[in-house]
Amino acid sequence: MNEIKQAIKTIRGRGIVIRGNDIDTDQIIPARFMKVVTFDGLGEYAFFDLRYDEEGKKKSHPFNEERYQGAGILIVNRNFGCGSSREHAPQALMRAGIRAVIGESFAEIFGGNCTAMGVPTVVLSGEDTGSLMQMVEHDSSLTIEVDLPSSTVRCGERTFPFEMHPAYRSALIAGNWDSTSVLLSNVDSIESTARRIPYLCGFSTPAKK
Amino acid sequence: MSVKRNLFNTVWDLHKVGTLETGQDQLFIGLHLIHEVTSPQAFQMLEERGLKVLHPERTFATVDHIVPTASQARPFKDRLAEEMMQAIENNTARHGIEFFGLNTDHQGIVHIIGPELGLTQPGMTIACGDSHTSTHGAFGAIAFGIGTSQIRDVLATQTMALSRPRVRKINVSGRLKPGVYAKDIILRIIADLGVNGGIGYAYEYNGEAIHALSMEERMTICNMSIEGGARVGYVNPDETTFEYIRGRKYAPREDEFERACRFWREIASGEDAEYDHVFDLDANTLRPMVTWGITPGQAIGVDERLPSLRDLPEDQRDIAEKALEHMGFAERDRILGKKIDVAFLGSCTNGRISDLREAARLVRGHKVARSVRAIVVPGSKQVSMQAEREGLPAIFQEAGFEWRGAGCSMCLAMNPDKLEGRQISASSSNRNFVGRQGSPLGRTLLMSPAMVAAAAVTGEVVDVRDFGEYGQ
Ligand code: SF4
Repeated sequence: MNEIKQAIKTIRGRGIVIRGNDIDTDQIIPARFMKVVTFDGLGEYAFFDLRYDEEGKKKSHPFNEERYQGAGILIVNRNFGCGSSREHAPQALMRAGIRAVIGESFAEIFGGNCTAMGVPTVVLSGEDTGSLMQMVEHDSSLTIEVDLPSSTVRCGERTFPFEMHPAYRSALIAGNWDSTSVLLSNVDSIESTARRIPYLCGFSTPAKK
Repeated sequence: MSVKRNLFNTVWDLHKVGTLETGQDQLFIGLHLIHEVTSPQAFQMLEERGLKVLHPERTFATVDHIVPTASQARPFKDRLAEEMMQAIENNTARHGIEFFGLNTDHQGIVHIIGPELGLTQPGMTIACGDSHTSTHGAFGAIAFGIGTSQIRDVLATQTMALSRPRVRKINVSGRLKPGVYAKDIILRIIADLGVNGGIGYAYEYNGEAIHALSMEERMTICNMSIEGGARVGYVNPDETTFEYIRGRKYAPREDEFERACRFWREIASGEDAEYDHVFDLDANTLRPMVTWGITPGQAIGVDERLPSLRDLPEDQRDIAEKALEHMGFAERDRILGKKIDVAFLGSCTNGRISDLREAARLVRGHKVARSVRAIVVPGSKQVSMQAEREGLPAIFQEAGFEWRGAGCSMCLAMNPDKLEGRQISASSSNRNFVGRQGSPLGRTLLMSPAMVAAAAVTGEVVDVRDFGEYGQ
């Protein structure tokens, strides 16, 4: 079988700042663009309704700004990616060129979905997020480095320590963020677990408290 | 072993295959549900890697998000919707997965048909590529919404990698007053704990008020756990649960049912179970709730005023300001009396038979306001057929509601049902995000189905306790 194994340790790129708490997945990709059977081509729909008005005219949004074109590192505030479980949201961001997301906090399903695609979501304090946002808004040509082994984000002269779900961090560093093959390697234990689950055996095995 | 364990940890351990190098647990998934929007890419990934579905008999499929609810004739007018429909038909046929399509009596919103068929049972682990999978927790299952990569994992391995969350007990004491519903309990909880208050937690809903609820009401509460940030929400199984399951298509039968009940009783959290956090709420103090903003946490009692920005904690002001701007509301406005354009009854939160019965009871003999477009979308074929047996469609139609086929419809507007322009809708669904109901400028007020019914008739937000027979 064809395994995907790629260690993700350090990601470098220019930043793009999207301010605001509770940015939900319906904003990241409106549902009407999910009528697709593959994820290809979703990049152009990222933040669609925030970028274009009803007539299709461009609105003011970081994704429309010239200075942010080609940026790979998204910087956000609190509870980013809340709402639906649609993987279309991180897929749209990734296909729009985003390789890592830095923010104050992430919705749980969104963070897991990003990891499964090899996109780290790292958490800075509110204060550090604010500083980094200001730096990037001031000079969008700055290179940001998200370094997983040292758990830091570097930008210009500054180094910010980040927190990250330890499982996500170690999976990305080890290159086994694509979980299918890891899970499948335990197929014997999977079957023996199934044999002790009462509802899979006519409720004839006792529940273990 | 300790007897102080809560249901969540008991069920987790029962399904734990092992601990992975990353520190996450590999968890066996007892029931996997799929629908047309989030599964095609997962099948594509499987096929690219030459993998097969490990336990096709543990996966069940239906279609809900994209199905038109006016005419369901094939091929669908919408070419993209038709393509998605064909993808799930082909994928399920090729992999030997049972599929409840439009030509069966069991098609419907995935979170409605699982319980209806008796597939959803206490003590199970359940996964589905949909964030409202938490609904199934009403049965004392632990049920996770997952993304497409995890759907691929579950298809290929019947397991997934997860970190064990903490467990918060939400203890709701007292009893609901007339005119106050399960929807109001959960909107209050989210308003109190915040839309991200549940991140990293599973919510156990417990207490007198919760156990007095029917299964359908418990589902409404568990459904919206995710709107409070909690991926999982559940209620311990009790006699109400067992009676609901008894006799359903996939329920255990006879002796096996008795053995099942024994197991289900055993796994429930005991009186002395331990939790990472406990939150108390008194049902006696609850009133009908309405959202005024763009997150489900922006909700107030129907007789309250919108907050003023100044009075909000600092970190909520920015989103509140955006909400006021989008909604066209002012600080300290009353929610009561806000005009509505659309009334939507349906969704996996409140599209079940008891919801429709209650709404029908209230609209009987009334007419929908002239300025309002009102639609009822039953959550499943079964709900629709039961409603027909009870004569509900006629009551709704006489009042001026459109009566539709089963599906998600205007909950997320992937089918032709959409808000237009700045229309404002009174909706029994679960999300009031900007653009959620199909128009980027559209506005949504979430409330109970009874409140939606009352708003449809009066053309504005009213307190259902002052409406019709409640008001007499
Ligand atoms: S009814 Fe709404 S929330 Fe429920 S599954 Fe369908 S789209 Fe999702």
